[in-house]
Amino acid sequence: MAPLLELRGITKRFPGVLANDHINLTLNQGEIHALLGENGAGKTTLMNILYGLYQPDEGEIYVRGSLVKVHSPIDAIKAGIGMVHQHFMLIPVFTVTENVMLGEEPLRPGGLLDRASVVKAIQEISSQYSLAVDPLAMVRDLPVGVQQRVEIIKLLYRKADILIFDEPTAVLTPQESDELFKIMRSLTEQGKSIIFITHKLREVLEVADIITVIRRGAVIGSTIPADANQNKLAAMMVGREVQLELEKTPAKVGDVVLDVKDLVVSDDLREIAVDKVSFDVCGGEILGIAGVQGNGQTELVESLTGLRDIVAGKVTLLGEDVTHGQPRQITELGAAHVPEDRQRDGLVLSFPIIDNLILNTYYDPPYSRGILLQEDAIRKEGETLVKEFDIRTPSALLSASSLSGGNQQKVIIARELSRPIRLLISSQPTRGLDVGSIEYIHKQILAKRDAGTAVLLVSTELDEILELSDRIAVMFRGKIVATVPAEKATKEYIGLLMAGVHPDQLEPPTETKKVSITF
Amino acid sequence: MENKPEPKKQNAILIFLEELIRPSSSPKGRRRGVSQAILIPVLALFTGLVIGAIFIILTSEEVYAGFGKSFGAGLAASWNSVASAYSALFTGSLGDPPVIFSALQSGDAMAIKKAFNPILESLVAATPYIFASLGVALGFRSGVFNIGAEGQLYMGAIFSCVVGYSLTGLSPWVHIPLAMGAGALGGALWGFVPGWLKAKTGGHEVINTIMMNYIAYNLSTWLLSGPMRRPGEYNPISPNIQPSAMLPNFFGPPTRFHLGFFIALGMAVLVYWLLFKTTWGFELRTVGSNPKAARYAGMNIVVVTIVGMTLSGALAGMAGANEVLGVNHNLALSFSSGYGFDSIALALLGKNNPFGVVLASLLFGTLRNGATKMQVVSGVPIYIISILQAIILAFIAAPAIIRTIYRLRAPKEGEEVLSVRGWGGG
Repeated sequence: MAPLLELRGITKRFPGVLANDHINLTLNQGEIHALLGENGAGKTTLMNILYGLYQPDEGEIYVRGSLVKVHSPIDAIKAGIGMVHQHFMLIPVFTVTENVMLGEEPLRPGGLLDRASVVKAIQEISSQYSLAVDPLAMVRDLPVGVQQRVEIIKLLYRKADILIFDEPTAVLTPQESDELFKIMRSLTEQGKSIIFITHKLREVLEVADIITVIRRGAVIGSTIPADANQNKLAAMMVGREVQLELEKTPAKVGDVVLDVKDLVVSDDLREIAVDKVSFDVCGGEILGIAGVQGNGQTELVESLTGLRDIVAGKVTLLGEDVTHGQPRQITELGAAHVPEDRQRDGLVLSFPIIDNLILNTYYDPPYSRGILLQEDAIRKEGETLVKEFDIRTPSALLSASSLSGGNQQKVIIARELSRPIRLLISSQPTRGLDVGSIEYIHKQILAKRDAGTAVLLVSTELDEILELSDRIAVMFRGKIVATVPAEKATKEYIGLLMAGVHPDQLEPPTETKKVSITF
Repeated sequence: MENKPEPKKQNAILIFLEELIRPSSSPKGRRRGVSQAILIPVLALFTGLVIGAIFIILTSEEVYAGFGKSFGAGLAASWNSVASAYSALFTGSLGDPPVIFSALQSGDAMAIKKAFNPILESLVAATPYIFASLGVALGFRSGVFNIGAEGQLYMGAIFSCVVGYSLTGLSPWVHIPLAMGAGALGGALWGFVPGWLKAKTGGHEVINTIMMNYIAYNLSTWLLSGPMRRPGEYNPISPNIQPSAMLPNFFGPPTRFHLGFFIALGMAVLVYWLLFKTTWGFELRTVGSNPKAARYAGMNIVVVTIVGMTLSGALAGMAGANEVLGVNHNLALSFSSGYGFDSIALALLGKNNPFGVVLASLLFGTLRNGATKMQVVSGVPIYIISILQAIILAFIAAPAIIRTIYRLRAPKEGEEVLSVRGWGGG
């Protein structure tokens, strides 16, 4: 019998780049096929070809042995291919039912929407695949994990047999991820087939039936989880041995650098986002703030860096009250900020790299004299930093938009870490980056800590928090629910705190467990 | 750093070209980009002229009369009307080569002046465009959409006119800068208000500048019918300005080519210097390109926004002052025929680069000047030129149209960016 899906010799060229190089991929019915590769390896291009968003330059797609031409997502859906996007395609103010029927609305006589039949269909799908969801709930009221289920139901409602999951765990807690993996298995047990795109090694080993590694647009090889381990997969992905575990010396904790007392901050809708939070960060240590996205971390960081007004409480930086400090005052006191959204806050994409490297120091010598910019100094310093921080670009004069995500982040890291700083506030420093860049940025952050800088690390990647932090504070619904020394933190314990379980209900982990580090 | 190459000075024209094409990763793409940067405006102009010709034919009575007789006569009449219109457009804007030649041979000063007058008039027409579109471009660069150039231009004209006629006994060395400065001040004031409203209250500058246009226009109407009306005059017109405030006319009548043109070029250099060579310009451009990053970098967005809008208004105000001090020597009702509005399009056409803006203004000044002659000589309505300008702008603003018509290959920018994002990863 022919395999369910077969990609033969898929090749896609972009000017100057071979994004997919004669890729062959076979998906059998009832299988979870993991597509593993770094960001930029060509996974997304391949899936966009399969989903009809790009046309391949060469190669063919076979579904159940017959050649199909996929010119658009509509063709893909017709061929039974569906995609769960990384960013959900849901309308928040519609109900689950309305979102599911969107684009394929069944009508009752007289042209009225037939919601009832869709509700029934959703309930059937829910029970068949154990995808618990209330069809009448408004999507915006649902937790992220449930919204993802709605996306899956959408595909099943459209009778998709081949489901593509694009980095589905990026927005989930560890527990939600486990839940998702159960759903994925339940789907394959009932005959559906899954392509699972990810760069996380642990997940692949946990859930996949077969693993295909892609690097630089080409298939490097396939393996099954039983024959693989994290080190082997990482080396396949990156093309060299990767140091998965960082060498970390014990922290030499110095004086308090940042002191936060009873901080209250509201979000854009004027609702309390940070609720009476207190903590301090000392020189030479990394305080990690763990938490699922949207639990007040963004507002916390913005308030500490002067980008958001503080409602109540007090922030002291190196003995100075900066509760109502402006960004420039806080920067000049010696704080550096790696923002959560590098393209929105950290860079001017249309500016050359060298200008981005002086974005918050342009007014100081040697970059300017009076009001005159000193182009030679800016250029010289920029080129030095590009070399020192290994920013991969043909020229430091190209715009920041020409860089890959990893290199854009390196521009910010270079700008913030090349200054003499006492406090580093780093928010999601490695989001969306490849293994090589993550390794590099982690080393840089650790080096700053070892040099005596106080580091506040905010990340929704629990692995990153566990790997780097000396102390871990867990944020849930705007509050810090617990602060745990790193040696006592386990993934399970922190994960439950992140999910909102009260610390009193938990057995504190007594035994120090070795933290396994994964990307 | 051993053996470092001599840092290349960033040259304005180069920056302009680079911005037109944006850095493209492959050398092939870059070459295609450069040739298209020149090709597309040229093809847009050509296509505009072709479509304009169709309008000329459709609006010509002779053509209908010709087709009434026979098909051949109709074709001939069509050709005649288009040819006469476009040759008038050309000679009206750039001069008639045989006339220039014979004038040069005769050596008669007046004949030479007259022969060169069309091209000088084109420069005169381009001058207010340069000022006003520099203003709009500066606004765009700092993130404000200044639709208020027309109102700022009126305020500049009013201020400079008052200074021009009410102060007497001054040396031109004092009076001209004073009057010009007053014009800039008037425009600056009219830019400051919406700038302040935007920065402080979030009131959108597009709405507010449009409203400010009405206020300025009607203020000028009221002033001209009352306080500023020329004594003993019934029509709404101001007194003539003092000769000491008049921008010097280089060649004397009948030419009108005056110092304003060079002031405008000077302002272009100044704006370029401000935007690209100073920390203030760095702040303006950062706020204009990404206000969130500007705030992150500690810039004061409120101040920068207000300054950007105020400077933008000042430049537009100078356009009005230029018309009063250099051309009209008084203020009359509705003296501006939409310079302020055209300048928005010109700023876009010039990609908000000061030198691109100058080139765009020269093109439109030339077309506008030639149109007058075209109307006189061939009876083609002046509106045809407005249509022509609109078509050319639309084509340049949407290069995809021109690429489709002429089957040019796009530089594939989107895909390139995407692949670079995906691939540069280290």
